[in-house]
Amino acid sequence: MAENVNIEVSPISRVEGHGDLVLDIKNRKIEKLQFRIPEAPRFFEAMLVGKKYDQPSHITSRICGICSVAHTFASIKATEDALKVKLNDLILKLRRIVNIGEYIQSNCLHVYFLAAPDFLGVGSVIPLIETHPDVVNIAINMKKIANDIVRITAGRAVHPITTIVGGFTKLPTEQDLLNIKNMLNSLYPDLEISLKVLKSLKLPKFERETEYISISNNYEYALYDGDLKSSDGWVIKPINYLDKIKEKVVEHSTGKHCWANRDSYMVGALSRVNNNYEMLSDRAKQYAEELGLKVPCYNTFMINIAQFIEIVHCVDDGIRLIDEILNEGLKEDKALVEVKPKAGRGVGIVEAPRGTLIHDYTYDKSGKITKVNLIIPTNMNYANVEKDLEAYIPSIIDKSEDEIRFHSEMLIRAYDPCISCSTHFLNVKLINK
Amino acid sequence: MSKPKVGVFGFAGCGGCQLEILNLEEQLVDFIKAVDIVNFTEAITEHSDTYEIALIEGSVSTNHDLEKLEHISKIAKIIIAVGACACTGGLNCLKNLYGLEKAKELVYGDKKDWIDAIETKPIDAYVKVDYYARGCPPTRSEIVDIVKSLIVGKKPEIPNYPVCIECKRLGNTCLYEYGLSCFGPVARAGCNARCPSSKSGCEACRGYIDQPNINAQKDLLSRYGLTVEDIMEGFNLYNACKNNVLKK
Ligand code: SF4
Ligand code: SF4
Ligand code: SF4
Repeated sequence: MAENVNIEVSPISRVEGHGDLVLDIKNRKIEKLQFRIPEAPRFFEAMLVGKKYDQPSHITSRICGICSVAHTFASIKATEDALKVKLNDLILKLRRIVNIGEYIQSNCLHVYFLAAPDFLGVGSVIPLIETHPDVVNIAINMKKIANDIVRITAGRAVHPITTIVGGFTKLPTEQDLLNIKNMLNSLYPDLEISLKVLKSLKLPKFERETEYISISNNYEYALYDGDLKSSDGWVIKPINYLDKIKEKVVEHSTGKHCWANRDSYMVGALSRVNNNYEMLSDRAKQYAEELGLKVPCYNTFMINIAQFIEIVHCVDDGIRLIDEILNEGLKEDKALVEVKPKAGRGVGIVEAPRGTLIHDYTYDKSGKITKVNLIIPTNMNYANVEKDLEAYIPSIIDKSEDEIRFHSEMLIRAYDPCISCSTHFLNVKLINK
Repeated sequence: MSKPKVGVFGFAGCGGCQLEILNLEEQLVDFIKAVDIVNFTEAITEHSDTYEIALIEGSVSTNHDLEKLEHISKIAKIIIAVGACACTGGLNCLKNLYGLEKAKELVYGDKKDWIDAIETKPIDAYVKVDYYARGCPPTRSEIVDIVKSLIVGKKPEIPNYPVCIECKRLGNTCLYEYGLSCFGPVARAGCNARCPSSKSGCEACRGYIDQPNINAQKDLLSRYGLTVEDIMEGFNLYNACKNNVLKK
C-alpha cells in the first residue's frame, strides 16, 4: 500500500529515456504531478525561416520519423494554401493512399509492438516472440505491408521522397497499385485474428470526459483534410485555428502545453472516432461494436482499440481509393501541377496517427518563409495526460509502487506520444517515505 | 564477438533511424536473436549499463546529451553512429546557421532561459566513432550489415564512390536533363540512388565521399548554368555542420 510515494527521475544518472513523470504522493494525496518530456529541443521553426517553398516538407518530415508522412502533408498543405496551388483529383487520392500506409504503419507499431506488451504484461515485444508468435507474425507482416505501401507510393518507408508541393515527382504504376490492393486484401484474416486477441484483453476501466478535437468533413473519415471540430460543439476553418487553440510554454517541459475550450483537450484516434464515427467503414464500425467501443467513449485506454479500428477502416478505404484511381486512369501528366511563388499565409492541418497536426507558414513574394508556427499532437495532449493522471492515480493508490508506476506509464503510453518519447521511459528513483 | 550486447540510444533526432531497426521486418527476429539488445529506448523497457556495441541515433544538442554520450562512450567498446543526425549533425545543424540564441528566442520567447540547448554537433565531435551508418534514414541493410560483420569479425564495407555511379548503373535519366539539381557527383553512395530514382534530387543525406571531385560537380553545374551557391542550400540540409567542402 502506498501511503507516501515519491516517484521522480534522477536526471544525471539517467542514461535512458526521453520522458519523465514526477509524482509525489503524501498521505495518499497527490502533492505534485508533472509529466514532462526533456526532449532535446530542435528548433524547427528557426530552421525553416528563409527556406524556399520546396524545402519545408523535407525538413519538417524529420520532426518525427514515425509521423513523417503526416508532417510532409501538413507542410505541403500549408505551402499550397499560401501559394494558392490548385491540385487535381489524382494527386489528392494518391496522397490519401500514402497517408493510409502511414496510418497502418504507425497504428500497427503502437498497438502490436508498444501497447500489446503492456496488456500482456511483459516489457517489450521481444518475449512475445516466444509466447505469442502468432501475434508477432501478424505484426511484422502488417508492418511490412504498410512500409511497402509508403515505399511504393512515396519512394521510401520513412521520410517520403516523391511527395512535394504541387503533387508527386513520380507516380506509382497501375501494377504497383494492384499490388497494394492485393496486399491490403491479404490483411483481412490477420485483422480477424487480432480482433479475437483484442477481445480477450481486459483494459483498465478509467473514464474522464474531456474535450475531443480532430479534423472533420462531410465526405470521408477525416485524416487528410477537414475543418477543426470539437466535441464541445465548435467547428472552425483551419486558417482560424488560433481562435481556439492556445499554447503556452511551461517551466517543466520543452514541449508547450495547449488548451481550447477547457483547461485541456485530447487529440488522436479516440478523438477522431468520437467525432467522426459515422464516417468509418461498415466493417470498422462492426469491429468497434465487437470490441465494446461505443461513442462517445471517455476511457483513455480505449485509444488503442480506436487505433486498431482505424487500421480496419484504412484497409477498406485504401482498396476503395485504388479502385477509383484505376477506374479514372493514372496519367503521368497529372502528377504535378504548376507552383509559383507568392506572398501570403497558409495553414495545413492533417490528422497524424497520434493526433491533429498544424503547420502554419507565411511566405514573402519570392517564395521564402518568413514566419512559422507548428503545433504537434503530443504537445496538444500534454495537459490532458496530466489531468488524466490526476484523476486516475487516486483509483490505484492502494496498489504497490511498482503497480502505480506501471499503470501510470501505461496510461501515458496509451496516448501514443511521438516515438522518440513514447516508450518505457520511467527510469525512476522511488522513495517510499 | 559471439552474441554481443547491444544498446540502441537516441539523441536529438526524429526516431526514424531507430524506427528503421524496428522496420527490419522479416530480418527483425533474426537480428534480435543474433544480438542481445539490452537498451532500446523506442522498443524495450529494460535497460542495462553493460553493452559492447552502442548504436547511436541523433546529434548532441543539449548538455544533458553530452553527459549521456560520455557515459555511453565509457562503457561501449564500439560506437556506431546511425543516421545523418549522428554522423554529420544532419538537419539539426540548420539551427546553428540561424543562431542558437535567436532560435531559442524565436521558439520559446521570454522563457528561453528554461531551455537547455547548445550548438548542435555530430557525435564524433565529442567521442570516437568506429563506424558510420549514413543517411536520413540509413538503409536498413546497412545497419544490419555493419553489426553482422562485427559479429563475424569482418570490416564492414561502406561505399566511397558517388551516388552518380549507382544512378547510372540503374539507367536513370540524369535529373539535370529535366532542369532539376542533384548532389549525386559528390554525395556518398550506398542508398542505391534512392532519391534520383524517384526523380528527386540527391541532397547528400549520406554526407560526401572522402575525396569529392568538386570539379566534376562544378562542371556539371556550369554545364546547366548553375553555381555552387545555387544548390548549396539543398546540400546544407544535411551537412550544415560540415559545409565548407564545396566552397573550396
Ligand atoms: S538521421 Fe534522419 S531519420 Fe535518423 S534521426 Fe536524424 S532526422 Fe531522423
Ligand atoms: S547528378 Fe544525380 S541524377 Fe544525375 S546521374 Fe548523378 S545522381 Fe543521377
Ligand atoms: S540519393 Fe542522396 S539524399 Fe537520397 S538517400 Fe541517397 S544520399 Fe540521401
